[in-house]
Amino acid sequence: MSALFSAKNREVMLNPLSKGNPVIVLVLGICSALAVTAKLEPAIVMGLSVTAVTAFSNVILSLLRNTIPTRIRIIVQLVVVAALVIIVDQLLKAYAYEVSKQLSVYVGLIITNCIIMGRIEAFALANKPWPSLLDGIGNGLGYGMILVIVAFFRELLGSGTLYGFRIIPESWYMQNGGYYLNNGLMIMPAMALILVGLIIWVHRSRNKDLIEKN
Amino acid sequence: MNKQGNTYTFLYSVILVVVVAALLSIVSLSLQPRQNENRQNEKRQNILSAIHVSSTAANSADLFDKYIKEQFIINAKGEKVSGKAFDVNIEQQYKKPLAERELPVFVAEVDGATKYILPIYGAGLWGPIWGYISLDDNKDTVFGTFFDHQGETPGLGAEIVTPHFNEQFRNKQIFSGNKLVGIQVIKGGNATGPSEVDAISGGTITSKGVENMIKNYLTYYEPFLKQR
Repeated sequence: MSALFSAKNREVMLNPLSKGNPVIVLVLGICSALAVTAKLEPAIVMGLSVTAVTAFSNVILSLLRNTIPTRIRIIVQLVVVAALVIIVDQLLKAYAYEVSKQLSVYVGLIITNCIIMGRIEAFALANKPWPSLLDGIGNGLGYGMILVIVAFFRELLGSGTLYGFRIIPESWYMQNGGYYLNNGLMIMPAMALILVGLIIWVHRSRNKDLIEKN
Repeated sequence: MNKQGNTYTFLYSVILVVVVAALLSIVSLSLQPRQNENRQNEKRQNILSAIHVSSTAANSADLFDKYIKEQFIINAKGEKVSGKAFDVNIEQQYKKPLAERELPVFVAEVDGATKYILPIYGAGLWGPIWGYISLDDNKDTVFGTFFDHQGETPGLGAEIVTPHFNEQFRNKQIFSGNKLVGIQVIKGGNATGPSEVDAISGGTITSKGVENMIKNYLTYYEPFLKQR
C-alpha cells in the first residue's frame, strides 16, 4: 500500500496542482477555461468531466502503450479520448440535463483540450497504469481548481450569486432602490482571461523559481 | 508478430474501432430513454412557464396534465388536423413551406379562464431563438411569454429569458382593431402603446428577433386567432 502512494507517486499527483499546473503554468486548456466559468456549477462539472477523461484516457492508453503501432499512435489516442468524451456527454445529458445545456458544445470540445493529449503523450505512453491514473487525476484537478477559482469571482461579481444562491441582497441593486450594479464585464470571456492572468501573477510571485531568468 | 508492420497496424485499428463503436452504441441506447424524458420535461416546463406556472423537472408532468386541458394541431388555414400537439417538433416544422406546416395549439385553464398557448420560433443575433406565447380567451390579450435561445450574448441579448423582460408582454394586445400587429419591441424606453414593449439595451438585434418571431408566428395562426 505504501508503494502505491510513494513519494514519487504523490509528487506525480500533487505537482499539477501547483508548480506543474496545466492552466496557469503550462497555459493549456485556456479556451474552455474562459468559456464555462461564468457560473460555479458548470465550472465544477467541467472540472470533474475533464478529470474523468484525463484519468481514464491515461489509464487505458498506459495499458495499451506496448501494443500501439507507433505510426497510428495519435489516431489511437484520439479514438480513445473521443469515445470517453462522448460517454461523459451522454451521461451528463441523462443525469445532469440542466448543466449539460449550460456546457453545450464545450463537453464535446474536451476532446481538443490540449491537457488530455499532452498528458497521454508526455506521461501515459511512458509509464505504468497506476502512476498514469494519478497523473490524470492530478492534472484534471489542477485544471478544475483554476476553473473554480475563476468562476467563484465571475459569478460573485458578475451575478451576485454563488452556485446559484444569492449572496448580494436584492435590495442593494439600483433597480430596487439600492446603490449596487453587477459588473457586466465579469460575464464576458475577456474577464476570465484577465482573472487567469491575475492568478498567474499571484502564483508566480509566491513561487519565485517559476520566473524565467532572461 | 511485427508490431510496426502493415498487417498488425491494420488489424489493430479495425479491432479498436469495432470495440469502441460497440461500447458507444451500448451507452447511447441504454441512456436514451432518460435523455428523451429530460427533453420532454423541459418542453413541459417551458410551456407551463408561458402561463406563469413554475415547475421543476420532477413535477412538470403532473402540472402539465393539471393545467393543459386540450391540445391539437391546426394547418395554416386554421383547420384542425390529426396528431398530438406535444410531439410536434417546431424546429423541423419551421423548415417546411407554410402550407404543409403543422401548427400546435395548447389550451390551458388557469383559475377558471381559458388560455391559448402557441409556440414561436425565429432567429436571434447568433442563432435560433424560440419560446411560447399564451393568449387570453379573447385571442387578443397576451397572458404570458417564455423565450429561450441557443447562444445570444450573455448580459445583452440573452436577457430575453429574464422575468423582467417577459413580464412586459403581459396584457399587451396583438390586434389593433381588426388588424394583426403583433408586439413591437421599441428602443430607448419609449414603449407606451398597447402593443409595445421596451427593447433590451445592447440587445437590439435579439429584441427585433423576438418581435419578428412573434409577428411571424401570429400571422401563421391568424385564421385560428380570428375564429372567435
